[in-house]
Amino acid sequence: MSDQWLFIAFILPLALFMPALPIALSRMIGPRKANPVKNSPYECGVETVGDTWVQFKVQYYIFALVFVVFDVEAVFLFPWAVAYDQLPLYAVLEGVLFIAILAAGLVYAWRKGSLEWV
Amino acid sequence: MISDPFTYLGDLLREVLVGLGLTTGQAAALIQFLGAGALATAVLLLTFLLIWAERKILARIQDRLGPNRVGPYGLLQTIADAAKLLTKEVIVPDGADKLLYYLAPPLTVMSVVGLWAVIPLAPNLIGSDINVAVIYLISIGAIGTLGIMLAGWSSNNKYALLGAFRSVAMLISYEVPMVLALLVPTMLAGSMGMVAIVESQRSMWFVVLAPLAALLFFTSSMAEAGKAPFDLLEAESEIVAGYNIEYSSMAFGMFFVGEFLHGFTLAALTVTLFFGGWLGPGVHTYTWLGLIYLLLKTAVVYFVVVWVRGTLPRLRIDQVNAFNWKFLVPLALVVVVVTAVADKLATSVGWGRTPAMLVANGLVFLGTLVVMQRYGRAQRLKYEGRAAMAPEPAGAPRP
Repeated sequence: MSDQWLFIAFILPLALFMPALPIALSRMIGPRKANPVKNSPYECGVETVGDTWVQFKVQYYIFALVFVVFDVEAVFLFPWAVAYDQLPLYAVLEGVLFIAILAAGLVYAWRKGSLEWV
Repeated sequence: MISDPFTYLGDLLREVLVGLGLTTGQAAALIQFLGAGALATAVLLLTFLLIWAERKILARIQDRLGPNRVGPYGLLQTIADAAKLLTKEVIVPDGADKLLYYLAPPLTVMSVVGLWAVIPLAPNLIGSDINVAVIYLISIGAIGTLGIMLAGWSSNNKYALLGAFRSVAMLISYEVPMVLALLVPTMLAGSMGMVAIVESQRSMWFVVLAPLAALLFFTSSMAEAGKAPFDLLEAESEIVAGYNIEYSSMAFGMFFVGEFLHGFTLAALTVTLFFGGWLGPGVHTYTWLGLIYLLLKTAVVYFVVVWVRGTLPRLRIDQVNAFNWKFLVPLALVVVVVTAVADKLATSVGWGRTPAMLVANGLVFLGTLVVMQRYGRAQRLKYEGRAAMAPEPAGAPRP
């Protein structure tokens, strides 16, 4: 099994390095004529006002929170799914109960209006 | 040799390397390294063909000719484009976070190429048969989202940041139904390993056992890949271009390599998980046939991806999110529960797996239709009621 992970340990750095190569190459052979106007942030010709990294509205983070709930749920559900063949009906129903509790969370978020895009 | 060229080549290479004086472990590691290099190169070179194919198919859908000047049928168009991009200036905007700015495009490509490590290409030909391949798929796929966030954040541009925020809100949302749909093949195969999933489809493809899960997976991974109608990532009419406005030259090109490759990769994943992967007639006598079967099936699914892209208009951000959270996620939850319960009930009653699954999926499908019909009627009544109550403007021409 460990040599299976070796392949992944090889391919991920390679997959990061190979696309970096053309970028480096294009930095080498491309022209380099920087000037303040060219390097200013592009905003349809209007000069940018203030800092870019400002506070954003909370809506995005609420989606992220709901996502985290469901992603953690998946981590718990995958072992259940792998062992599914050996499970008795009663253990399957326990998994269903677990999903139902999470579905209740979704219904709550829905009722609260967190899923509306404002 | 003719029946299983991949094993033959691997053994040959190992013998040569051991003959050169390496230990068996070193030889195995070197072969892994060469294999990883070959796979990554092949996948990245495939992009040249994919970009051409996608442009050509889209052009035909839109009643155009598409690229047809450079080379036969315009096949060399992508190479010409790449050469042009290479000679352009790499612009880094003032105040950008340089390290993250350069890291984002390769990271996006890595998240797609990394997926190929666990796709079984043929019997005995897979990068890495790890036993948690499904979770690996999810986690590596999520790195693509990270790349987009980094690109938007590091560009020091408000449009880029806004585009990145909405892309990330959409991408992480669509990960939920994708993950839930992935539970179904895991459950049916009883394993998270991709080889086990393909092998257990020998009697019946999972698309027959779980058509709704296949559809859910296909739809949500299309959103993950940023294909139309989910291409809000680059809604040029709303936020100039999205997270990649400030990028130029090959740094910009790499985002598109990642995007085009993601379309093909999602097709390959759909085929592996639901359409039997490399399975096909005669595959155990001649293993190289598996690669051909996989590529053929993937090409068909990929054509559907491009077809959908060429047919449907882009959705609005609120529609996209509502579609996910109010339709796909509840449906995915129902599909997982129904699959789990129906299979157990069927075995206790003595039904076969296939008819039980088909009936269960059909019932869920019908239920979904009824719910949607009810909802549509309620919405229509609401709007018609509002229109009837509104005062008629004076002097308006009667139809």
